[in-house]
Amino acid sequence: MPARFNVWTTLTDPLIRQNPVTLQILGICSALAVTTSLATALTMSVSLTVVLTLAAGVISLIRRHIPDTIRLIVQIVIVASLVIVIDQVLQAWFAEISKALSVYVGLITTNCLVLGRTEAYARHHAPLPAMLDAFGNGLGYSLVLMVIGGLRELFGKGALFGVQVLPLADQGGWFTPLNLMLLAPSAFFLLGFLVWTVRALLPDQAEAREHTPPLAREPAE
Amino acid sequence: MAGRDWNPLRRVLALPNESRAKTIFMAFLVSGLCAAMVSGATVWLRPIQAANRAAEEQARIAALVAGIPGMGALLEQSGGALSTVVIDLAGGRAAAEVTSATLEDALADPGNWTALETGQDLAGLGQRPDFVQIYLLRDGDRVSLVLLPISGQGYGGRIDAIMALQGDMNTVAGLAVTNHSETPGLGGRIEESAWQASFPGTELRDDGKTLRFRVARGTASTVHEVDGITGATRTGLGVTKMVRFWMGPEGYGPLLDAITRGEF
Repeated sequence: MPARFNVWTTLTDPLIRQNPVTLQILGICSALAVTTSLATALTMSVSLTVVLTLAAGVISLIRRHIPDTIRLIVQIVIVASLVIVIDQVLQAWFAEISKALSVYVGLITTNCLVLGRTEAYARHHAPLPAMLDAFGNGLGYSLVLMVIGGLRELFGKGALFGVQVLPLADQGGWFTPLNLMLLAPSAFFLLGFLVWTVRALLPDQAEAREHTPPLAREPAE
Repeated sequence: MAGRDWNPLRRVLALPNESRAKTIFMAFLVSGLCAAMVSGATVWLRPIQAANRAAEEQARIAALVAGIPGMGALLEQSGGALSTVVIDLAGGRAAAEVTSATLEDALADPGNWTALETGQDLAGLGQRPDFVQIYLLRDGDRVSLVLLPISGQGYGGRIDAIMALQGDMNTVAGLAVTNHSETPGLGGRIEESAWQASFPGTELRDDGKTLRFRVARGTASTVHEVDGITGATRTGLGVTKMVRFWMGPEGYGPLLDAITRGEF
């Protein structure tokens, strides 16, 4: 246990300062794939947050009894089972959205964000702080997904949550949808811009340069 | 120190984490609990999922029928509903003893399935049911549209679809894919209406009554072909074989002949 456990910072740090996606660049595969509309992004965010929080809680509960030799496989089995349960729940009550998410719910299992948090935090902390930390990280992931999903749906379809916000040109309005926004590359661009913005505002997040450029020499006479 | 603990669970848990017994115990404990959780959720949620799928299939049949030109008017004439018939595949006529209500029980009996030999088994099914529920639309006393459920092996798994044939039993009126597990974005595009739109008007047989239908590689060039999907050759092949199997003698062939002769 840490000397002093601060509920507020554990919960809010992963939102921007320690955001798992923009700072640690974890879990971007699904972040890119499911953000064509806000509804799918929201479902994915909720699913990941639920899985992450429950997995952290379960793993933290049995943390003193996980043999070191099989700890990764124990964690993955727990995460995978939770993911299957969530997937079944989605198929039962949110059949449409479950179709739109296709394989990506199943891929939460291999999302490095989940394993990263359980391995780095839940394995060494009591259930409550572990779940709080996981929930905060889930919220950080959700925040990025919602921002990218919102931008992509707004500029790609002129809508938010399926409700037309910008009048489309082919229906008498002025807005011509940017089809690029619905394709995968746009998610890379947006995520890149987002990381750039965050690091410009919080310079301590910027990584050290890997190389120092050589000093410019005077041209030889 | 407390005396020796006789509770076996506590004794195992008190073992050092690195001991082999505890490692094996934890592995079995975790996998057992997870298996129970997953099976519990699956069993508990299956009825809801099945209801969802049934509703979806009905919606697809409705969309399939609505998408066929001139069908809306015909439907209204016949009271706005398709009639459901359980047919006996081998005989090509309505089943005498099995109805829609008892179909599920009948198919639970392995005696009502016919094993397929390798040469016949184009669709890769292994066996086919003897009774199938189909949907019919009658215009006067002749059949103007049939909806035939078909299924076969695709690339990623089984593909289930419903094929609509016009009254001549040769012209395809439409196809709706109800269930598949093809690769999303490649073979998975068979569920898109853009691809299914190339089916209406396609003819199954040539003048010599030979089945010519196929999914083309690339763009369709004859009246017997539909457009292929780039990157999904195996899926296209699966659809070709599935249609040929079900429209052939082992599938709905006898039924289609009976309808053409006006005996149905």
